[in-house]
Amino acid sequence: MIPAPFTYRRAATVDEAVTLAARGGEDVKFLAGGHSLLPLMKLRLVVPPELVDIGGIGELSHISEADGHVRVGALATHDQVAGSALLRRELPLLAHAAGRVGDPQVRHRGTIGGSLAHADPAADLPAVALALGATLVTRGPSGTREIAAGDFFTGLFETVLEPGELLAEIRFPKAGPSGWSFQKFTKRGIDWAIVGVAVAGDRVALVNMGPTPLRARAVEDALASGAAPDEAAARAAEGTSAPEDLNGSRAYREHLARVLVGRALGEARSRR
Amino acid sequence: MKVAISVNGSQVGADVEDRTLLVHFIRDVAGLTATNTGCDTSSCGACTVLLDGRSVKSCTVLAAQADGHEVTTVEGLAPGPDQMHPVQRAFRAEHALQCGFCTPGMVMAAVSLLAENPSPTEEEIRSALEGNLCRCTGYHNIVRAVLAAASERGGS
Repeated sequence: MIPAPFTYRRAATVDEAVTLAARGGEDVKFLAGGHSLLPLMKLRLVVPPELVDIGGIGELSHISEADGHVRVGALATHDQVAGSALLRRELPLLAHAAGRVGDPQVRHRGTIGGSLAHADPAADLPAVALALGATLVTRGPSGTREIAAGDFFTGLFETVLEPGELLAEIRFPKAGPSGWSFQKFTKRGIDWAIVGVAVAGDRVALVNMGPTPLRARAVEDALASGAAPDEAAARAAEGTSAPEDLNGSRAYREHLARVLVGRALGEARSRR
Repeated sequence: MKVAISVNGSQVGADVEDRTLLVHFIRDVAGLTATNTGCDTSSCGACTVLLDGRSVKSCTVLAAQADGHEVTTVEGLAPGPDQMHPVQRAFRAEHALQCGFCTPGMVMAAVSLLAENPSPTEEEIRSALEGNLCRCTGYHNIVRAVLAAASERGGS
């Protein structure tokens, strides 16, 4: 299997990437690690006429602290995120979840920015970004935008990113000493989550329970009004629209969501 | 486009289609056919090679992305003719293969693991090989081989 023909261009800086993408038209795709895009191109589900490779842009793989935030460059690989001492200390949920994406080979190539911009509802990191209240910083032809993770995902593989707009950095508020947990149910280690749950403090986010990653608002509301974790977890499927596929029916996913949220709340509580 | 990739220490340059995958560059341009194409969907790990020292699935990397970088395949592991890399030796000693199709990728995944973690536990080995499927062995001897290679190389 090989992708349909396309023109490959390489950008050395963010400015060059944005310029090249604008010149190429609205179907141009940015290529980072390629671990979401290339498989789709090989299946001809995506047929971009041109790729702008941003993988060599040095300014986008930082992981640093500033003003109570942690800034993660969009090109930081899952492996870098998982191994970062700063993230393991300040945002252990993010480091832990990144270490459970795919398999080692995928984590060596796949990037946090790619995972978020691709917006697969079965991906782990979009839900983690929601739970952690991340802000996504983009660069495009009309300048820089800062977008709350909660406003970023609009549908199945769809985000508010405009054509030619590049996700450059993800900013996370430091989590503080709040409990966290990441639960992911798969048949094999390397699989996408059938259902996943990310808990950070009083925020609960779900993987693969709808066309976008989503907050389990009914659970959060129940916890806020003093419900016990088990009681709150029972409401995990409210407001969701889980897909049906060969991995499970909607009812099965709803059951998994309740079970996994219960486990996640228990684990998060034990880590406070 | 013109790409130049260091493959097992030798520069291999060629003018290839932009859409050329690294695994095809390795097999068809560099002429090194130990690296297998298995599932072609980044699931099975048979095409695993090292890119700048770290394991990647070469069916999911463009040759263009590896331009100017270093690739190591299983042919590049042994220090010389009639010699074997410790991981290769351990795979033979522990009978860590049957049909052999997954073996080049499995060996490269193990080499990458041991570079990052020289003395892994059995559980860490199983987890690190999650991206490599073997349909013959049931994995036990592969895990034993990686443990043996780690201990030969001075790990615990």
